[in-house]
Formats: sequence, structure tokens, C-alpha cells
Amino acid sequence: MEVFLIGLIAATLRVATPLILGTLGELFAERAGILNLGIEGTMFCGAFVGFVVGGATGNLWLGVLAAIVAGILAGLLMGLLSVRLGVSQHVSGLGITLLLTGLSLFGFRLIFGEPRIPPSIAPFERLPILSQVPILGEILGQYALTYIALALVPVCWWMLYRTNFGLQIRAVGENPEAADAAGVNVFLTRYLALAIAGGLMAAGGAFLSLAQLGAFTYGIIAGRGWVCIALIIFGNWQPVRVLWGALLFGGVSALQLRLQTTGLDLPYEMFLALPYLVTIAALAVAGRNATYPAALLKAYKRE
Amino acid sequence: MAKLRIERAAAPLWVRPLIPVIAAVITLALTATLVVLAKANPFEAYYYFLVVPLSSWVSAIEVLVKSTPLLLTGAAVTFAFSAGYWNIGAEGQLYAGAIAAAWLGTVLHEAPALVAIPIMLLGGFVAGMLWALPPALLKVKLAVDEVVTTLLLNSVILFVVSYLLNGPWRDPVSGWPQSPEIAASAILPKLLPRARLHLGFIVGLLIILALWFVLSRTSLGLKMRATGLGMEAARYAGVNVGRAILTAALISGGIAGIAGVSEIAGIHFHLIDAISPGYGYTGIIIAMLGGLNPFGVGLAALFVGLLSIGGQTVSRALGVPAYLGDVVQAALLLVTLGAFIFQNYRIRWIADEPRSLPPLPASAENDLETN
Repeated sequence: MEVFLIGLIAATLRVATPLILGTLGELFAERAGILNLGIEGTMFCGAFVGFVVGGATGNLWLGVLAAIVAGILAGLLMGLLSVRLGVSQHVSGLGITLLLTGLSLFGFRLIFGEPRIPPSIAPFERLPILSQVPILGEILGQYALTYIALALVPVCWWMLYRTNFGLQIRAVGENPEAADAAGVNVFLTRYLALAIAGGLMAAGGAFLSLAQLGAFTYGIIAGRGWVCIALIIFGNWQPVRVLWGALLFGGVSALQLRLQTTGLDLPYEMFLALPYLVTIAALAVAGRNATYPAALLKAYKRE
Repeated sequence: MAKLRIERAAAPLWVRPLIPVIAAVITLALTATLVVLAKANPFEAYYYFLVVPLSSWVSAIEVLVKSTPLLLTGAAVTFAFSAGYWNIGAEGQLYAGAIAAAWLGTVLHEAPALVAIPIMLLGGFVAGMLWALPPALLKVKLAVDEVVTTLLLNSVILFVVSYLLNGPWRDPVSGWPQSPEIAASAILPKLLPRARLHLGFIVGLLIILALWFVLSRTSLGLKMRATGLGMEAARYAGVNVGRAILTAALISGGIAGIAGVSEIAGIHFHLIDAISPGYGYTGIIIAMLGGLNPFGVGLAALFVGLLSIGGQTVSRALGVPAYLGDVVQAALLLVTLGAFIFQNYRIRWIADEPRSLPPLPASAENDLETN
């Protein structure tokens, strides 16, 4: 039982890492009033760019950095469309997801052709010193990126609630007219929030290709971006509650992996679908109490 | 000095039809960089991309074949979006219809085609509706955002398909993860000899017509569009908004389900996990490119079908990855959306400013100073 629990907790943290990064990113965007459905594509693109640059340079951190830069560019593109031009956020976000997915696949074909087995690299190693701690070693010996993701939760909370910049982000997400009247540059603030958001999302994707898998596959994101969007509603746009949501999803995912091997006579696809169904159920429970940022989905026009 | 000024006013009417053309040119210019990266000549590539597919009957008919599911998913998305319901789940609903078709197609092996085919289409419609039902109910009853739930269900149904293909439906003869072949009587008849074009294309065109009729000629369509324009206003005007959304969502899901039937009974004849390379998502591109106008959607579906076949043609001829087609589609959507914003603006030459402004009345001048 102890071994089971320790393994479960360790896996939960691992599975939750890309979700934590993705949700923190989406949180910045949504608190600034922009629903960024480009998240799925941005994570995919981050996984691809991170994998290519990490593999080509042999420096995995350079890969993460490159992914973040790509994510920032994706965020700025979302800004150009939804902030500057005032295009529907739903459609521009989905368009960006389709564009980045297409671009990544195009690049993948160009570089790797049509390999029968997905190309792989030597991935990040888990922190070696912490892995040797007795009993808890498996839990503590995570990837550095997992620790960074966990540390980013209080950092993002602090940024959003304790800094002037965070106040501006929340202000343009709640009432851009008032923020503008108070001298906040609504457009600039939204652009910056989207850039931060894109960088975080892409880092989440890079974690998958550079740490968890050490490979790039077509199905590498598999709807995780959409899960992030659900987790934010579930967490009511609060960084810490969103973290619990990510851990819950990670926990259910880790649990289903273990249930598959216990010999229960159920199709494994049922377990794979379980985290998604739990998320939908959680949304149904959270539904009515969700307090959306008041200006979410509304383009701001300055006359 | 004369100056150019951009002001907010409706652009002249003759500009509007030009906007998609301008958007297409900008898109091709942007994506030319990818062609160059793939070490091909952009002009040659776009010749293979846009002209070659239409230069022979065989490939032109393939464009129509490719457009068939797109007509249907485009119509499905248009139906939901018109009512302001963001059904992003056409992909999943298509798979639901495909599952129903694969099942009915094997069950109905004794029925004549005249019975089997209508039942298949109806079954796919119902299956798509059923898969669209939970998000629609959650939206109407519990105010749960439909974007997220429809997207999540797209992931879920892929697991269902995987379960069916690796479990009860695995082909007993070959052992491949594909369902048994559907009965000959359940196969949609071909429209032309020696070509893959099938009845699904006609069904798609009829549904586009029906879409036009419902949206512009019925009270249901009026209620849906009113809801889409503004829920509060529609409610105030006496529209049962919940019912309008539910109807739009279910019919949208049903149409997407028919797209699944059309692919199974017209092209593949058994269920495989790669029935759709994202037709449901492409449907969103098509609905928006068509401006949510049924006939615009029909044209957009044909054009996007051309882009898909074009991508394959370029890939074969010049070795440019076929994903070029996907990139061009998505880029075209974004550029077009951006470009349409400019139909609300007008560029004007402003002649020389008057030298001196008329003097303000004294009281106004005082106001300015005190403010």
C-alpha cells in the first residue's frame, strides 16, 4: 500500500506538470479578458520546437527556452487578432491551434520525414540527489521542470495579486473601460498577459517532449490544452485552486494507469477516458458558481 | 497637405467581395516562406496546389469527394454558431455517426439499399445528436461552458473508437483494428463510374439547402439567429432561449453525425480510427470563411476541399509536406478574419485642413480651460 501510494503521488506530480504550466498560462490570458483557445496548438508547438532545438543543440534547456520563445510569439499573434483587431476570441484561438498544429507537423515532416518509430532523444533526468532520500525518494526525485512548475504557482499568485502589473491584468479583464480611464494601457497589458501565457503553455508542451517522453509524437498533447481550460473554470480563476484541479486530474490519470495493471476486467480505454469524464463532471458541479472575469470574450475598442 | 486617414465607416460596397480575394493573396504570400523552406519554387508549388487539381476530371472529382464531409461539418458548425452555441465538438459527433454507421451497416445486411441507406443516415444523425446532448444539456441546465465540454468529448470518443476496434469489433479475419466491412446494400451509391464520388455529396448539398431554408425562412431559424445575436434581447423578445440552443446544438450534432455516415458508407466501408483527419475542426474554418451564410459555407467547403487535395498534389510532385494544405487553411482563416475587420473602415483622402478653425464662442473656450 505504501509503495502504491508513493508511486501514485510521484506519478501525479509528473502528470500534473504540463497541466500546471498550461493552466497558469491560460490563467494570465483569461484574467486579462482573453480566452486563448490557442493553448492546445501552443503546447503542441512548444513540444515540437523544444524537441527539435533540444535535440539539435544537445542542450535541453535551450530547447525549453526556444519553446518559450515560440509560445510568446503565438501569444502575440493571439493578441494581434483578438486584442488589436477585435476578432472573435473563440475563432482566433481555434485558428491559432489549427495553424500551430499544421506548422509543427509541416516542420516535423520536413526534418524527420515519415519515420516508422517516433524520433527520440535522451530526456531530462530526474533530480539525482533528491531521488536518494529514503522512502520519499520517488516523490522528491522529480524533474527540475516539475519543481519549477510548482514554484510558479505562488509566483503567479504573487504577480496577480500583489504587484501593480497583476492589478492591471485583473483590471483589464474585469473592466477595461475603467482601467483605461485610470491610465492603464489596456492593449499593452493584454498583449503582455498573452505573451506570458504563451510562454508558459509552450513550456508545458516542452516538458512532455523533453522530460516525460523524450520523444515527439502526433498525439503528444492529446487534449491536455482543453483540459487546462476546464481546470481554470473548475478552479474559479484562482491560481491555488487551479493547482488543486491540475493535481486532481493528474491523480485520476495516475490512478487509472495503476488500475489498468491490477487486472480488473475492464477495457483500458475506459480508464483513459476517466480523467476527461471526471473533468466534465467537475465542471457540472462547479458550473453555476463559476465567476468568469467580467470582460472575458469582449473585445475592447477605444473610440 | 492632403493626408490619408482611416476612419470607422462602412467600406464601399465594391470592396467587400474583394476582401476574401485579398485575404487569399496575403495568405499565399505568407505561406510561400514554407514552400521555400521545403526547397521548392513557390510559383511552381502554388500551380500544383491550386491549378493542377482542377486540370483533370479525375482530380477535380477527388476535390468533390474531399469536400463531401466538409460540406456536412461546415453546415453542422454553421447551424450551432448561428444560435451562438459554440459547438466545437463536430469532430466527436462525426465519430459518433461513424460508429453508428459501422454498426448499422453490418446489422442491415439483409435489407435492400432503399431501406438500409435511409436507416444509416438516420442512425448517424441520432448518434451525432446523442453525443452532442450532454454538453447541450449542461449548457442549458447548468450554464456549463459548451466550448470546453464539446472539446473534451472529442477526446473521449477516440477512446470509445479505440475500445471498439481493439475489443469487440476487431476484424476477426485480419486481426487489424478495424470493424467488419458493411453490407453491400449499405454502401452509398456512386454518382459517376470509376470515381469515388458518392451519394454523400448530394446529401451534403441538400443539407446546405435545408440549412438556408431553416435559417432564413422558418421561425425556428429566426429564433436561433436572434439567440445568436444576443441571448438577453432574444429572451426579452419572448424566445425560449434554452430550447433554441438545445435545438441548434442537437441538429448540429446530427448533421456532423451524417458526415461520419458518409465517410464510412461512402469511402471506407468499415470503422478505422483515422476516419477523420480533423474534419470537425475544419468545419469551423469553413463556417467562418463562409461567413455563416449557407451558400458561402458551401463554396468554402469546395475551396477547402481543393486546398486539401492541392496539399497532397504538391507533396507528390515537389516533396513539400502535405501539411502545407492544413497550414494554408488555418492561415487563410486568420487572415480573412483580420481582413473582414477592415470592411468597417474606410480610407479617405483628407484635403487640406482649413487654415484656421472657426473661433470658439467665449463660453466654450472657458469650459475648455476649466476642464
